[in-house]
Amino acid sequence: MMTLTLGHFLSLGAMLFALAVIGIFLNRKNLIVLLMAIELMLLAVNMNFVAFSHYLGDMHGQVFVFFILTVAAAESAIGLAILVLLFRNQNNINVDELNSLKG
Amino acid sequence: MSQTLNASTLLAIPLAPLVGSLLAGIWGTQFGGNWIGRRLSHSFTILGVLVAFILSAMTLSKVIGGDSFNDSIYTWMVVGGLKMEVGFMIDSLTAMMMCVVTFVSLMVHIYTIGYMEEDEGYNRFFAYISLFTFAMLMLVMSNNLLQLFFGWEAVGLVSYLLIGFWYNKPTAIFANMKAFLVNRVGDFGFIIGIGLIAAYTGTLNYTELFAKAGELAKIDFPWYIFGMDAMLITVICICLFIGAMGKSAQFPLHVWLPDSMEGPTPISALIHAATMVTAGIFMVARMSPLFELSDSALNFMMVIGSITALFMGFLGIIQNDIKRVVAYSTLSQLGYMTVALGASAYSVAVFHLMTHAFFKALLFLGAGSVIMGMHHNQDIRYMGGVRKYMPITWITSLLGSLALIGTPLFSGFYSKDSIIEAVHLSTLPAAGFANFAVLAGVFVTAFYSFRMYFLVFHGPERYDQNPDAHHGHDDHHGHDDHGHDKPHESPWVVTVPLVLLAIPSVVIGFMTIQPMLYGEFFKDVIFIDAAKHPAMQQLGQLFHGPVAMAVHGLSTAPFWLALAGVVTAWYMYLVNPKVPAFFARVLRPLIVVLEQKYFMDWINENILAKGARGLGRGLWKVGDGTIIDGFFVNGSWKVVGLVSGVVRWFQSGFLYHYALVMILGVFVLMTYFVWLA
Repeated sequence: MMTLTLGHFLSLGAMLFALAVIGIFLNRKNLIVLLMAIELMLLAVNMNFVAFSHYLGDMHGQVFVFFILTVAAAESAIGLAILVLLFRNQNNINVDELNSLKG
Repeated sequence: MSQTLNASTLLAIPLAPLVGSLLAGIWGTQFGGNWIGRRLSHSFTILGVLVAFILSAMTLSKVIGGDSFNDSIYTWMVVGGLKMEVGFMIDSLTAMMMCVVTFVSLMVHIYTIGYMEEDEGYNRFFAYISLFTFAMLMLVMSNNLLQLFFGWEAVGLVSYLLIGFWYNKPTAIFANMKAFLVNRVGDFGFIIGIGLIAAYTGTLNYTELFAKAGELAKIDFPWYIFGMDAMLITVICICLFIGAMGKSAQFPLHVWLPDSMEGPTPISALIHAATMVTAGIFMVARMSPLFELSDSALNFMMVIGSITALFMGFLGIIQNDIKRVVAYSTLSQLGYMTVALGASAYSVAVFHLMTHAFFKALLFLGAGSVIMGMHHNQDIRYMGGVRKYMPITWITSLLGSLALIGTPLFSGFYSKDSIIEAVHLSTLPAAGFANFAVLAGVFVTAFYSFRMYFLVFHGPERYDQNPDAHHGHDDHHGHDDHGHDKPHESPWVVTVPLVLLAIPSVVIGFMTIQPMLYGEFFKDVIFIDAAKHPAMQQLGQLFHGPVAMAVHGLSTAPFWLALAGVVTAWYMYLVNPKVPAFFARVLRPLIVVLEQKYFMDWINENILAKGARGLGRGLWKVGDGTIIDGFFVNGSWKVVGLVSGVVRWFQSGFLYHYALVMILGVFVLMTYFVWLA
């Protein structure tokens, strides 16, 4: 039976991260997908932290994960709040049409 | 430091006129509500100057008895070891100057009562001349260069105020601005000289400075001037002398003095003849330990002085305004003093300064008296025969003129002949030209002095020929009785100062030549390097008492030149008045040059002033407008605008573009840290 090595976990993290990046770039429709992709990116990072923490026997990594999860939750709350306001103002959450950050 | 004189007495000397000035200037004018009337104003100021004069005379007698004072009485501030103090240095030179200043000032104060009688600015005038006396006393009594400079500027300020005293007259305003600007040029040199002294010796105090003069003489000037290297001491001396050139109206900074005659006559006598314009001469004499170290500076002074002495005399010949004749004569005499300084005969220069102060103040006040008698006509072509109507003015003016041209036994003879002899004995390269200039100057002096004297006091009466008699030069003065056009003698307040000034004009030279030039009077005060400049020493060997000098004077060139000048003037203006007209026709181009004052005003106005304005405009348009505003200020915002105009294309506003850039940035950094670092 194949044992799970650190490489497997890191590959999973990298895949999740790549998925998230692609989600950000390819998504031209919905801002919610963008938020989800960011969440996924953070999970990819968490995966790496947990994996390293386990294989190196250092608990600090797992403590970090808790912090990141907390921050991510707060961030999603803010992001969704912004999204709601944005929709109220613009009647639209289509990424392709939201370019009011332009300088 | 020796302090055998009482500091508070000395302090009272300059402060007494200042108090008088403040009383008359603040409460005697509209400024303070006109509390003090005319009578009280002139009483206060005259009292102040009288106190100053009496204390000065007492100081002089004590100084002759061997007392002196040299100390600082107040420290104004200390900046990096450089002390700025108020102090007095009282020695024979100072004491003599104090007496001359306060005496002439006192005479002028009394005279003013009569001269300014009808003027609205009576109290203001007294306030100014008392303030002048204060400033001049601070200048001469100073023991450091800073206080000297304070007095120097203060007398310049009062001179400015007084030249423009009749501020409704455009010519007067022009003249005072001119005087102020020309003096700034001189003061610029002066302050550079003071700055160099402070930089290299670290002191402004005379005594400390003179102690360091020897070291100063060994320093080379660190920069090249006109491609030549120079000694520091030469640069310092020439800079100081440029200051003296401005104040003492030496060529080419002389242009302000003739125009200063726009002011009332008493100040022409006090400021622009007797005292302020001699401040430059006094300063050089005071600085004699420095000037003695630089032959180049002495040569320079001699050349400038001889140009002034001769060429300004020529201008006096063609002037028709009585005050301008005397003004050019003053310029010429100041040139004589400068020549004497250049010949290292500092004591002779100061001696001439003193005699000149008396007889030139006398001549100016006499001219003022004539102007009053002539109902404010100043044109000597429309005078004549005045001696019948104004006997006291006539006699005193004659004595003054005789003193000016150097008649033996008169004061001017002793000082002027000593100058000529000193120049003759001087070994400096410039002495040859200077010797010619001062000898020729004697003839010119005699000629213009007696031209004026004959035209004013002798000959036919020409009062009715004046085309603008009733709207003449001084029409702000109010017209007294024009019903009769005959001149009248001036009141006693005018004639008494004339008489009191005539006495020293005649006798002071005879009395003081022995101690001042050859005695102990200026010992330890004026320093002469006898090995290098033996003129004064040789002069002393030739001197055998004032009477012998006068007798010997009869057989020397200056006397005959002066006599020739008088006779020529007598012939041309009394016997045969067609001669001047003939010369005017034949020598037309020359006369034009003289009438235009060698085109100095033209050069100043069209070349220097226009050049400076052009330079200013160039710096404004090109330097300020194009380079600073156009390039630096506008240029920087334009560059920022351009760059941001390009950069803003990167800000599309789409979140995924920003995210892409962030990711790419992370990759770039990772690549760098993982592989390259």
